[in-house]
Amino acid sequence: MRSSTRLGAGLLAVTVGLAVGAGGFTFVYGQGASYLTNDPAACANCHVMQDQLDGWLQSSHRNVATCNDCHAPHDLLGKYWTKARNGWAHSVAFTTGNYPEHLRIKDFNLRVTEAACRDCHEAMAVAVDGLHGDEPRTCVTCHRDVGHRSGPPILISGAPGAVHTR
Amino acid sequence: MSDTEKKQRSMSWYVGLAAAATVASVAVLALLTNIFERKVEARDPFVRVVEVTEATEDPAVWGRNFPHQYDTWLKTVDQERTRFGGSEALPRTPTDADPRSIVAQSKIEEDPRLKTMWAGYAFSRDFREERGHAFMLEDQTFTERQAVGQPGTCANCHASTVVAWREMGDGDLTRGFEVMNGMPYMEARTHLEYAVGCIDCHDPETMELRVTRPAFMEGMAALMAGQGVPDYDVNRDATRQEMRSYVCGQCHVEYYFRGAEKRLVYPWANGLEVEAIYDYYQAANFKDWTHAQTGAAALKAQHPEFEMFTQGIHARSGVSCADCHMPYQRMGAQKVSNHQVQSPLLNVQASCQSCHNLPEDEIIDRAETIQAHTFRMRNQAMDALMELIADIEAAREGGASDARLATALEMQRRAQFYLDFVEAENSTGFHAPQEATRILGEALDYARQGQLALRDAAFQVRIAPPSKALKQ
Repeated sequence: MRSSTRLGAGLLAVTVGLAVGAGGFTFVYGQGASYLTNDPAACANCHVMQDQLDGWLQSSHRNVATCNDCHAPHDLLGKYWTKARNGWAHSVAFTTGNYPEHLRIKDFNLRVTEAACRDCHEAMAVAVDGLHGDEPRTCVTCHRDVGHRSGPPILISGAPGAVHTR
Repeated sequence: MSDTEKKQRSMSWYVGLAAAATVASVAVLALLTNIFERKVEARDPFVRVVEVTEATEDPAVWGRNFPHQYDTWLKTVDQERTRFGGSEALPRTPTDADPRSIVAQSKIEEDPRLKTMWAGYAFSRDFREERGHAFMLEDQTFTERQAVGQPGTCANCHASTVVAWREMGDGDLTRGFEVMNGMPYMEARTHLEYAVGCIDCHDPETMELRVTRPAFMEGMAALMAGQGVPDYDVNRDATRQEMRSYVCGQCHVEYYFRGAEKRLVYPWANGLEVEAIYDYYQAANFKDWTHAQTGAAALKAQHPEFEMFTQGIHARSGVSCADCHMPYQRMGAQKVSNHQVQSPLLNVQASCQSCHNLPEDEIIDRAETIQAHTFRMRNQAMDALMELIADIEAAREGGASDARLATALEMQRRAQFYLDFVEAENSTGFHAPQEATRILGEALDYARQGQLALRDAAFQVRIAPPSKALKQ
């Protein structure tokens, strides 16, 4: 029965080879490695985050913080755990198309972002906490648009309202 | 365990692992296909499978190139109401004269005061809540207002007219527009086949938005000239974001039919505010009809959504009509504007929450609060107008001369135009809440001033100065 064992091993080698090959190709084609980097463009790979990327490019934080600086913890383990967790959720959502028209941050990621704000602006955060006491407030309750605008860009000049004010 | 058993066991391990690897390959390849599709979608905004030209009137042909837009456009047949607007689908028994088996609710039966306001005018015979774009041609063809005879001008905004105009004008859109204005409606109707479609707002070559209605081009040129901008050409000078309102403003506006040639004119030379439009009609010595109960030279305001919207906070902030009434929706990697033009209250998630980070219930409650205030004020103004009309009738029966009634009749003309400017406007005040309530407040005041003028011949009417004058 030696030949049947070899047949089995051959079958396994072919199928595993195929899986690894297809997986490898998909990883490269899907720019999988970019998701391990800090490049904000990677976050818009799948097109859904284009508005957020565009907003960030016009924001006050664009020169000092990338997506990961605010949306991932600042320790290595936490950062890649958060990336993996969000990466999985985002790829499922985008592949199935099951996500809302206007994205809203969820609690887990809001906590990550809050911690990131406080990591850089600790002195300010402590001072403001003193003012607000026990009220449940986050930095972005007031500073919504520091990272990126939440809505589409609004054009003020040349707006229809301008026809009667010109 | 025997040798054979061992081999069988390792064999089943091989087969099991191979099967798992195969399943994994299939899953990975499915993912690869999905990523590929998204990348293609992101690269090609559309696939031109059929040529469309200035002669392609049928939206179904355009729809082969733009299936998402076409599918949503077809949905304008939906009839769903909101608290203060929208049409309800009511069954009716078809007749030879009117084969419609479904119509919208009658507004003049809901509020019979409208019949008094429009006494002697076609709108007092038949006026229903407007249905979606899909029904415009049918509803205009079969309204009982046709019984008094309507000009071809009506077709401007109740049909896809671009191809017919080009044919009638030997290639010249404006010439064709003039020819159709001069026809009786039923003659114009024989040249028309579709409700407003792709070609009415899009260039078939570039798909850019464009204005095709000469009345809007001329109205905007007159408006801009009045503001010191000569030679304004909306198709040349408007920004893309402006065009996302202007294509809607081609029809959702106040208008009148000028002269014997029944030319469609948008009365904007003095501005878009209600008093600027009223002054325009005064200068043109224009009336829509003579009021049957009082003899007033009356005016009918017609769905001035564009004018009202330009007075509101959304327009001032740079929001366009399409941002709320045709919000973007994601189709895979593409963003497609939803061509099911409808009330934003039926699609709050896409329409409002792109900017307003509030729960849906809160957004709807804010909008309905504005509308409830407007509707309440409208009812107060409507009662005042009814009382003025009754007083003028009584004075006439009591032998009052035309000269003695002149001030009251003038006040009736102004009050009911102002009231109708909000009543006919399809947002129950939402497009410009403060503007709508101040117009209704003035309408109410003018109706009451008309009553005072009947009681005291020496009474001097007071017309409010435009807000612009107060800001200087």
